[in-house]
Amino acid sequence: MNLLTATYHQFDAWWWPYLFILIAGWFANDMWRILGVVLAGRLSDDSAIFTYVKSVATALVAGVIAQLIFLPSGSLGLAPMWLRLLSVAAGFAAYKASRNNVLVAVLVGEAVLLGLWAGLVGMP
Amino acid sequence: MDNPADPADPANPAETVSTARWFARGARQFLSIPAMILMASFVGFAGLARASGIGLVETVVMAGGIWALPSCVVLVGAVQTGASLAATFIAVSLSAFRLMPMVMSIVPVMRAERTSKLTLLFLSHFVAVTAWVFGMAKLPGLPREARAAYFAGFAVTLTSGAMIVAGVSHELAGALPPLLAAGLTLLTPLYFTVSLWGAARLASDRLALAFGVAAWPAMHWLEPNFELIWTGLVGGTAAFLVGRRIDAGRRRRVPAATENAGMEVGP
Repeated sequence: MNLLTATYHQFDAWWWPYLFILIAGWFANDMWRILGVVLAGRLSDDSAIFTYVKSVATALVAGVIAQLIFLPSGSLGLAPMWLRLLSVAAGFAAYKASRNNVLVAVLVGEAVLLGLWAGLVGMP
Repeated sequence: MDNPADPADPANPAETVSTARWFARGARQFLSIPAMILMASFVGFAGLARASGIGLVETVVMAGGIWALPSCVVLVGAVQTGASLAATFIAVSLSAFRLMPMVMSIVPVMRAERTSKLTLLFLSHFVAVTAWVFGMAKLPGLPREARAAYFAGFAVTLTSGAMIVAGVSHELAGALPPLLAAGLTLLTPLYFTVSLWGAARLASDRLALAFGVAAWPAMHWLEPNFELIWTGLVGGTAAFLVGRRIDAGRRRRVPAATENAGMEVGP
C-alpha cells in the first residue's frame, strides 16, 4: 500500500493534497471528537478516571506549547531560545499580576519579545 | 466541573428567547479578545502553511476541517519535513487526543433534555481550546435550552472567521516582515498557556500544564517521534498523582473560591 508511505507533495493529482488532509488532518482529529461524544454519557466528570484523562490531555497540550517555544517554525526560530522562554514567562507573570487578564498577558509577552529583539539582540 | 464558573455577562434566564436569537448572541461574542487572538494566530498559521508549499484553498480547508490549531501546526510541520501519510496521521492523532476529554467534559454542560446525538456530533467538530474555554466559562450561567444554540453561534462564527482570515493571510503572507511574523507565531503558545491556566479547575490541571512544558525537552531528546504522547503520559500521570493529594488536602479545608476562566469578554 504505497499511499501510506506517500508524502503530501508526492503526486501531481489535484485531489491528492485534499485526500491527505482528509485522512491525516480531518479524520485524525475528528475521530477523537466523535469518540468524546460517544463516551460523554458514560463517564461522570468528577470521577478519578476522568481527572486522569484530562491531566494527560492537558500535559499533551503543554507539550504542543513547549514545541512552539523550543522548536518554532518560521522567523520566531531566529530569536534566541532564552528570549522566547522569557517572553512566554513574562506574559504568564503579567497574567497572574493582572488577575487573569488575557489581553495584558499577550501585550506584555509580545512587548518583551519584540522590544528586546529589536533593542538588544538586533533585528533578524 | 466541581464548581460552576461565574457567567461573565449573564443573559436573563427568566426570558425565553428563540434558538436563532441565542445563536446570534453567541455569534456576537466573536468580538472578544480571545477570538481576536485566535484570528491573529491563524494569520501566523497561514504564513507557515504557505512557507511549506501548501496552496490557498488547501490552507482554508485545513483551517475549517481540522480547526484545532496545534493539530494544524503539526500537520503543516509534517508536510514541511516530507513525512508520509501514515506518519502524519500518527503525529496529528497524537496531538489531537486531548480533544476527546475536552469534548467529553463539555457535552454534559452543553446538552439539554432534547439535544440529539447528531447535534452534539456536529457541535463537537467546533470544540478546540478557545471554544472549550469559552463554553466552560459561559454555558453554566445560561438556561439549558439555550446552551447548544449559544455555543454553536460562537464556535461556528469563530471557525468561519478563522477560515476567512487564513485565506486572506495566505494571499498576503509574503508581505509580512519577519519581526511581525515572529510576533504572530508567539501568540499561540502565549495565549494557550494563559487560557489553559484560566480554564483549570483542579490542582492536577495546573500541574499538568507545568509538567508538560517541563517534560517536553527530555521527551524530545529520548523519543523524537513520539515526544508528544510521552509528554502527555509522563507529565499527566505525575500531575494526576501529585494533584490528587493537593486537592484532597484542600477539600479538608475551605473550598477554594471560583476563578474566572480568563474570558473577560462582552460589554
